[in-house]
Amino acid sequence: MSKMNAILQGTLNWVDERFPLTSLWKEHLAEYYAPKNFNFWYFFGSLALLVLVLQIVTGIVLTMHFKPDASLNASGVPVAFASVEYIMRDVPWGWLVRYMHSTGASAFFFVVYMHMFRGMLYGSYRKPRELIWIFGMIIFLALMAEAFFGYLLSWGQMSFWGAQVIVNLFSAIPFIGPDLSLWLRGDYVVGDATLNRFFAFHVIAVPMVLLGLVAAHIIALHEVGSNNPDGVEIKKKKDANGIPLDGIPFHPYYTVKDIVGVIVFLMVFSVILFFMPEFGGYFLEYNNFFPADPLVTPLHIAPVWYFTPYYSILRAVTYPLFGIDAKFWGVVAMGASTLIIALLPWLDRSPVKSIRYRGPLYKGFLTAFIASFLILGYLGMLGPTPVRTIVAQICSVIYFAFFLLMPIYSSLDKCQPEPDRVTSK
Amino acid sequence: MSCDDKVDCGRRRLLVATAAVGGVAGVAVAVPFVASMLPSERAKAAGAPVEVDISKLAPGEMMTVEWRGKPVWVINRTKEQLESLPKIDSQLADPKSEKNMQPDYAKNETRSIKPNILVAVGICTHLGCSPSEKFKTGAESGISADWPGGFFCPCHGSTFDLAGRVYKGKPAPDNLEIPPHMYLGDAKLVIGEDKKA
Amino acid sequence: MKKFLTAILFAPLLALAAGPELHLDRAPDKANDMAALQNGAKIFVNYCLNCHSASYMRYSRLKDIGLSDTQIRDNLLFTADKVGEPMKIAMQRAEAKAWFGVAPPDLTIITRARASEFGSGADWVYTYLRTFYRDETRPTGWNNVVFANVGMPHALWELQGEQAMGEDHKLKVVKPGKLKPQEFDAMVGDLVAYLKYMGEPVAEFRKQLGVIVLIFLTVFFVFAYALKREYWKDIH
Repeated sequence: MSKMNAILQGTLNWVDERFPLTSLWKEHLAEYYAPKNFNFWYFFGSLALLVLVLQIVTGIVLTMHFKPDASLNASGVPVAFASVEYIMRDVPWGWLVRYMHSTGASAFFFVVYMHMFRGMLYGSYRKPRELIWIFGMIIFLALMAEAFFGYLLSWGQMSFWGAQVIVNLFSAIPFIGPDLSLWLRGDYVVGDATLNRFFAFHVIAVPMVLLGLVAAHIIALHEVGSNNPDGVEIKKKKDANGIPLDGIPFHPYYTVKDIVGVIVFLMVFSVILFFMPEFGGYFLEYNNFFPADPLVTPLHIAPVWYFTPYYSILRAVTYPLFGIDAKFWGVVAMGASTLIIALLPWLDRSPVKSIRYRGPLYKGFLTAFIASFLILGYLGMLGPTPVRTIVAQICSVIYFAFFLLMPIYSSLDKCQPEPDRVTSK
Repeated sequence: MSCDDKVDCGRRRLLVATAAVGGVAGVAVAVPFVASMLPSERAKAAGAPVEVDISKLAPGEMMTVEWRGKPVWVINRTKEQLESLPKIDSQLADPKSEKNMQPDYAKNETRSIKPNILVAVGICTHLGCSPSEKFKTGAESGISADWPGGFFCPCHGSTFDLAGRVYKGKPAPDNLEIPPHMYLGDAKLVIGEDKKA
Repeated sequence: MKKFLTAILFAPLLALAAGPELHLDRAPDKANDMAALQNGAKIFVNYCLNCHSASYMRYSRLKDIGLSDTQIRDNLLFTADKVGEPMKIAMQRAEAKAWFGVAPPDLTIITRARASEFGSGADWVYTYLRTFYRDETRPTGWNNVVFANVGMPHALWELQGEQAMGEDHKLKVVKPGKLKPQEFDAMVGDLVAYLKYMGEPVAEFRKQLGVIVLIFLTVFFVFAYALKREYWKDIH
């Protein structure tokens, strides 16, 4: 037994002399001190990493069998669409891999929204963690692009017409718009050229960008250490050995806790995957079971649920300005609504980080923000009517007000003093 | 390593048990992914058995049929051709078909079910070229004066007899593969399926 | 509970369709009735496969519903030579478009595609196939309540007979067919059950596997949670 140990130790030494394996293990796991008061909201980072790995692994298998070809086969069905059904029926366990990927896509957004919300609750974006937040924002944008490119690939009616609408949005940009859309599509209308390049973006380009950004995100985090639900900087109080008093080594405490989180996540994931993979038409839209037909526009085109809040904001802008179409300003508003989140580190002037110690002003604005985000999301699934448009406009104003007025209300707010040490609330 | 104050036994046992359950989960998850690379229904359908009508195949004639992307030769050998087979045993690398290049029912002198009908995969066992038919005997064949008829592979010069057996001293190591096959009546040959299956 | 949740989830979709409100009859649930599924397969192959392909479905998959290769080959193999082949049709799309105005769609996943806030895709097809009525203004002489001005004639008219649309906007059988109304409804129920099965042949297995996975995950959870508690005893 000890001979075996000697061999293992010897091998480890050989590697350590050539590669910082043990020191990386210590720095990022066994001796990375995280606050001991992480709660439910702190599961979603590791879950996001899990879903990323899941999407990549299932994606690799799907790529073995999927054919990005918009031309019609002998039965008059587009080859890409038929290849998805081939995966569902003819590939051993293909149906399971497909459902994992489609459920995983929605799961990814749910997890990421919860992860971002945690940041808002506890001020995780505050100095010195601004760069982590910025990397996170870019990851969010890349994720939206990844989902958009991926959705076209199944080449159903919703895939096709959703892509047609969104790419046409770019044509609203003054001067360069139409040419830009032509360049993005590779053709006058969404077609085989578009399908093939979106396949390249979805399978190779954006995943590599995502992986790089996630690495940067975690490296930036480890450089300054994690925040916590009390917003207390644990590095301020260290013991004689330089270890934060309120810190515990990530391994084994959070590795073992995160495993529990993973299992609970997988249970919810499995209920959806095995019993309701379509999720009422929200995860796999019914109209997408019709192959793409450039000559037949569906009665109602709606984006997938995770895009609906931003889609609502896009549609809410109905007035032209400075001689430019409302369509363009809608795009600007939609872009601004995603990008403004990145400014939080500089908009938030509160002396405290965590919502636990903030005053009523912030809590009121945050509640209004959450409500408006959810209402916008709901409205985005519906067709527009005059009443709905007004509601969307009001909610959009509230959405932006949360951010734009924050420098004022966050400094005016009556906060409680932040404690020295973490609490076990 | 015994359990003592240095090592918490209860904790270690629980850790091992959880890791074991996790290991089972890992294997269970891996199975669908690995299995997805096995031949799909489409590949299996394309590789399905092929039916051949041999009622019009006259003695001395050969037809080539495609099965699983490979050429399969169906030859109706004449009496003379069959009689020539045992005479050349000494020139062959594996005259008794000891090596497993054929199903049990073809492990005989003629390497076939019906004595006269040879069913063989027309791919040289050296590096995969398809040999040419050389049924003409003697000097006419261009091979040798005592050539009894058979096949010649143009890539590296291997030769096979009219039972698909490989000659000695040639690059090809094995006799031609005899695929699983069976007869439905006298006129129908099914390649790719056995009677016992 | 699942129905209640699904109903709530469907709520937003209620105002989605700019199309007319649809009342759909509930298709009977025959997912585990092998005899019904086999009958449905027979009807599909005899009445639908002439014009509609089911090109993602292989004949050999019918083993799921208890048919052997020989039974498939002898009774159902109309549009292919081998049992492993898919249910394609001979009609060319261009010809089809010329004859019917639009090429008849592939039906393999029709029950997945026709789902909506008004009911499941099976409900849609079940109602559709039973609400054809005579309409001399249409090129085929037929119209349909669920799909107004459809290009498809009533393929099952011999069995149902002919219906007419009364002034009260209700359908009435004016010429009886080979089957009585209840028999016809039962037959359409079989056909729709088959179409639902064909839409996702792995559905029953998927649910069974789901139960096993959840049981396993529960066991795994118990171990993992115990392990977490054990380690976290050290903290505080």
